[in-house]
Amino acid sequence: MTAATAADIPVAAIARSPGYWSGVIRRLARDPVAMVALAVIVGLVLMAILAPYLAPNDPAKGMMLRRLKPVGFPGFPLGTDELGRDMLSRLIHGARLSLLMGVTPVPIAFVIGAAIGITAGYVGGLTNTLIMRTVDVFYAFPSVLLAVALSGALGAGLTNALVSLTLVFVPPIARVAESVTTQVRNLDYVDAARASGAPAFTIVRVHVLGNVLGPVFVYATSLVSVSMILASGLSFLGLGVRPPEPEWGLMLNTLRTAIYTQPLVAALPGVMIFITSIAFNMFSDGLRGAMDVKS
Amino acid sequence: MLIYAVKRLAYMLPVAVGVSIVCFLLVHIAPGDPLTAVLPSDASAELQAQMRAVYGFDRPLPVQYGLWAWRVLHGDFGASIATGRPVAGELANAVVNSLILAAVATLIGFFFGTLFGVVAGYFRGSLIDRLCSTLSVLGVSVPHYWLGMVLVIIFSVELGWLPATGGGPGGSAGRSFDWAYLQYLLLPAITMSVIPMGIVARTLRALVGDILNQEFISALGAKGLDHAGIFRHVVKNAAPTAFAVMGLQLGYLLGGSILIETVFAWPGTGFLLNAAIFQRDLPLLQGTILVLALFFVGVNLMVDIVQTAVDPRMQRA
Repeated sequence: MTAATAADIPVAAIARSPGYWSGVIRRLARDPVAMVALAVIVGLVLMAILAPYLAPNDPAKGMMLRRLKPVGFPGFPLGTDELGRDMLSRLIHGARLSLLMGVTPVPIAFVIGAAIGITAGYVGGLTNTLIMRTVDVFYAFPSVLLAVALSGALGAGLTNALVSLTLVFVPPIARVAESVTTQVRNLDYVDAARASGAPAFTIVRVHVLGNVLGPVFVYATSLVSVSMILASGLSFLGLGVRPPEPEWGLMLNTLRTAIYTQPLVAALPGVMIFITSIAFNMFSDGLRGAMDVKS
Repeated sequence: MLIYAVKRLAYMLPVAVGVSIVCFLLVHIAPGDPLTAVLPSDASAELQAQMRAVYGFDRPLPVQYGLWAWRVLHGDFGASIATGRPVAGELANAVVNSLILAAVATLIGFFFGTLFGVVAGYFRGSLIDRLCSTLSVLGVSVPHYWLGMVLVIIFSVELGWLPATGGGPGGSAGRSFDWAYLQYLLLPAITMSVIPMGIVARTLRALVGDILNQEFISALGAKGLDHAGIFRHVVKNAAPTAFAVMGLQLGYLLGGSILIETVFAWPGTGFLLNAAIFQRDLPLLQGTILVLALFFVGVNLMVDIVQTAVDPRMQRA
């Protein structure tokens, strides 16, 4: 019996949902700021994927004779870095590692954090207390400090940086998921589903997920911009990607001494981080408005 | 109110203990033997065991934690592996330096954040609102370590107005609060202030907009109160939240100052943390992170209690 009712409910839910999502997309498409942000994000992703075809030069090939050339130098439109490598090619190739490091922690943390938060919120009681107190401990660290502490202890490297950043974003996502789930759990229709004998897993899948994932997703998208800045920050400190890989934060670090000779060239990698971060922030704001989620 | 304060304190204590456990375990998730930093690579097994006993690494983990926590409670953070000096002494000076930087940055950020946020909230949808909102988005999106570099390029390299790096003419311990000192503080503080500025502006814009939409504001207007009078009511309603955000930002900036302190070679906790990481100085790393995290926990608690005292509507428990 339960199986039959469970099968009926999602059909009803699906029949209703296209209206909501097409509404979200329609509202989003009418938001010029969000669309420009989306275009920038798509452009950056394409740049990362097509890097070998777009870059005019080899990003790893340096030459001591042409170190730190200014922007507009013949053959090197954005100049060269401290080892004489082409800045334009390195910035284009840098999109790969920078986006990978900045973006990946958030979806992973979204899955883990949402699972933890929904479990805590739905089960409630002692389980909730235990899970949420543990989350609170990690939430008690300022995000920059936690990221630096974890990757500092684990040691430099791409994997360790990714692990640290993911761990930084799990607690805030879990907290949002828990608070939304607790609200939804106490609604009448969840009581009704429980009274009608639906198993916990079915209730979560059918009634809770649909209501919880939206706000949590919007919250998670707002973290991508933070994650980009933190990820490049770790590389900037020497805790992320190792040289000679092109990565914007690391490039900013190695070019720090060049601010006296080629200030414009030295500042370029930061411009890329800035643009990416703004684009994700503005898109997230647009999405929040389109999905009508209150912050 | 007192009961509420005690409740919050009781709630915070386990969190603080948890924070200390995380800091303690940091050393143990670190790959490699912490002794490699102090011992020559050809040290005999006997010497290794001896040093292990000196640092207490031969005990079971819970015992090690208990001993460490007991010493920390007495202000003893152990000795730095790299320098051999007590961690507590190195920390005390660095914390003061970081606190000065974070406090000045919070004040600057709070001033401009409030200005932009209130103006934007008052004139919702106007050109000035869009300008202020854009500024606050830029403030939260900018990689602040890069902004620091840009400011150094503009004001130190190109204009030569301010020194690029350092903690003042007296080195890390000399603080005199005259121009010679302040000019070192200015660039890092402005760089850091961008973060709270964006967040305060965003919060206040939403808050002021919400307050203006409430019925009591229309009622005040209907009974003939002038703009200045209404503004006073708005300020009274917005102030508790604004100060709460400011307090939280201070704790956050102190803990998150490592990037900016690295750019400006500011002799604070972030600088210490950087050194600790690259010299694999684990006691120093552990102590610094513990102090910063506990400070953050303490600030959160204080903000919570003060906010509730000022605004009883906040009392949830």
